[in-house]
Amino acid sequence: MKFSKEFRDPELGKRLLERIHRRSRKPARLMEFCGGHTVAIFKNGLRQLLPANIKMLSGPGCPVCVTAAADLDKAIALAVTPGVIVTSFGDMIRVPGSRTSLQQAKAEGADVRVVYSAQDALAIARANPGKKVCFIGIGFETTAPTIAASILQAEAEGLKNYYVQSLHKVCPPIMRAILDRGEVALEGIICPGHVSAVIGSRPYDFLASDYGIAGAVAGFEPLDILLAVDMLVEQIESGQPEIAIAYRRGVRPEGNPAAIKLMERVFEASDANWRGIGRVPGSGLSLRPEYEHYDAEKNFEIDPGPAVEPQGCLCGAILRGVSTPLECRLFRRVCTPQNPVGPCMVSAEGSCATYYQYGDDDLKGDKIGGV
Amino acid sequence: MCLAVPALIKTVDGQQAEVDIDGISREVSLQLTPDARVGDYVLLHTGYAISIIDAAEAEETLKLLKELGEAT
Repeated sequence: MKFSKEFRDPELGKRLLERIHRRSRKPARLMEFCGGHTVAIFKNGLRQLLPANIKMLSGPGCPVCVTAAADLDKAIALAVTPGVIVTSFGDMIRVPGSRTSLQQAKAEGADVRVVYSAQDALAIARANPGKKVCFIGIGFETTAPTIAASILQAEAEGLKNYYVQSLHKVCPPIMRAILDRGEVALEGIICPGHVSAVIGSRPYDFLASDYGIAGAVAGFEPLDILLAVDMLVEQIESGQPEIAIAYRRGVRPEGNPAAIKLMERVFEASDANWRGIGRVPGSGLSLRPEYEHYDAEKNFEIDPGPAVEPQGCLCGAILRGVSTPLECRLFRRVCTPQNPVGPCMVSAEGSCATYYQYGDDDLKGDKIGGV
Repeated sequence: MCLAVPALIKTVDGQQAEVDIDGISREVSLQLTPDARVGDYVLLHTGYAISIIDAAEAEETLKLLKELGEAT
């Protein structure tokens, strides 16, 4: 596809890697925030190709992975409510909740349907006027505007049976929270590409100004990521952090104003509960009061009971960049993509699933992360 | 989750568009990119165009990549 394959040129990649090897001298611990970047880095073997002083660690940018067990339990409780159809993006239905999963609930008779788009959920609502259709709204700023658009479309059509459980999360506050915890020391962050297509690069300015951390927004092709690493190396070597954009074909400093406007019309900032991290002020998106008749949590009586985290699962520490999957005793032994214990093994972009799929013995001694 | 792929807009009908993704046709929403026109490439995420791809910037980035690769 145009705008993808040009950014996979192996010869250009080789030359860019040589440049990075020539210029990078200082220790550089770089977190790729986004799970999509983790997959792209592993798939292209980039970790092994970078110089030894550059350490890549994975961040919390996987919406399925960071959904707290308590919030998933509510989605499952919605699914077993009579007269309700729950619609969800695919990965979410396999994540084990405290007692069961959406997939298990479906096997036991709940009406749970996997959708590709919020538009599909709207279509299900239109086709089932006698049912209440709840969409499990997970995702960062990339996805939240699409859910906002679906709510506005439901309003325009007068659809009365469409609801959203808003578990949306936003990136800048969680980056700050992770840095403030002081568990990981970082010199640079590869900022998410498609979140930034919506919000732009400016919301990350605090990384450089408040924390002295280098930043670069990256796309998802190997050359996009290498260019971002090169930009981070430049900033780290010169001691002049800023937020650069290595993905200018898709990301502008100001983002996509139409998408931001739509998102802000429907949602407002709220506290959110993150798996392994806990409650982070201002890191979530809730429906504004004028749209609360679309809010699943406000329109259904659900009491899923106390949340229980899976025993021995290191997903929380992995999401904070403190541990790697290789340090988890369950990884590959008990926890596999076929039989996942924690969400990081379920999601295709979860760190555990990525290590499982692409990791090799070179990574066995991997102690990246932690101070 | 935040996966988005380039898609070429073939036809526009109000807020809906038909796009081509490597030969596959799909109907998508332009609610988030009201300025998108036929012939534009957009980044497509879960059935919605989230950004119009800037072809000139793509060229600039490729040029920069070539320059960086040549400099010693």
